Amino acid sequence: MARKKRKAPGVNASSSADIAFMLLIFFLITTSMDTDKGLPRRLPPPVPKDQKQNDAVDIKKRNLLIVLINMNNQVLCGDEYIDIKQLKEKAKEFIDNPNNDEHKPEKVEVDVPYFGKQMVTKNHIISLQNDRGTTYSAYIQVQNELAAAYGELRDAISEKKFGKKFADLDEEKQAAVQMIYPQKISEAEPKNYGNVKKQ
Amino acid sequence: MGKFNKSGGREMPELNTSSLPDLVFAFLFFIMMVTTMREVTLKVVFHAPQATELQKLEKKSLVTFIYVGQPTPDLIKKMGPATRIQLNDAFAETNEIQDYIAQEKSSMKEEDQPFMTVSLKADKDTKMGIITDIKQALREAYALKISYSAAMKVQ
Repeated sequence: MARKKRKAPGVNASSSADIAFMLLIFFLITTSMDTDKGLPRRLPPPVPKDQKQNDAVDIKKRNLLIVLINMNNQVLCGDEYIDIKQLKEKAKEFIDNPNNDEHKPEKVEVDVPYFGKQMVTKNHIISLQNDRGTTYSAYIQVQNELAAAYGELRDAISEKKFGKKFADLDEEKQAAVQMIYPQKISEAEPKNYGNVKKQ
Repeated sequence: MGKFNKSGGREMPELNTSSLPDLVFAFLFFIMMVTTMREVTLKVVFHAPQATELQKLEKKSLVTFIYVGQPTPDLIKKMGPATRIQLNDAFAETNEIQDYIAQEKSSMKEEDQPFMTVSLKADKDTKMGIITDIKQALREAYALKISYSAAMKVQ
């Protein structure tokens, strides 16, 4: 008996496209495309409980810029009320101190890689204070303006030195630029001002 | 002379669909790569504030989320309109944050723990009081890297 070789019947694959489409649609629905973006910050480490509160002791007055947002979302910068749009320029002036103003932060000579010796306002601090009644969006706007001030200063010096934006530099160069404009925003310990009801 | 066979007319050649599943699978894998599974169901309404100086959060696995906002419309009847904090799938109080962070931290690999980031997803109308409380709790829990989640501002 001559046996014929049996052929395996071909699997009908015409519906696999439908199955794949179903999977695709399932994933499209259950996943979210939005990449999470935000303003990164570092919190200060917790204060030991037995330590006395003695904030702002060693900070000279000229090195400190207090930005206060009150419960009506008004911004007090230094000791005058300003509009949120002016804050960036104010902050830039404070951080950079281009004219060596004696009321602005003092400059310290720092040896920076790539740049050599530079006069840097190393000890400046922007102290961001807020009320318990301040809205979050006002707070974020102020944070954003301050970040923008640093960003613009860093971009400016990067363009001048390397011909590139700060974000396009490699890590070492970024670190060097960061040495010239260190971001020093202190988010102060919470305080209660005026009549604010506790939440 | 010329042999032009006109009988039968022209037929549309059949489109070969045998590679269609492969195409769809390739697309599927692409989608799976670029997206993340939505792990929690939101119980609070939140509209992110807008900002321009945003940075992307790297490494999704190192990020812990804290949601702050008003409860969703159907929960608002039960719970009232007060701003709430949501950790994972449940509402929580500020004093529970420390435990939550510690728990999240312990579920990470040891070498990753210092890089843990907490993304604060708060509604733009939230009062800073509650945010400050959260920040203090995070400080106590030694989760010092935070990110204020915000949407890109369109000019």
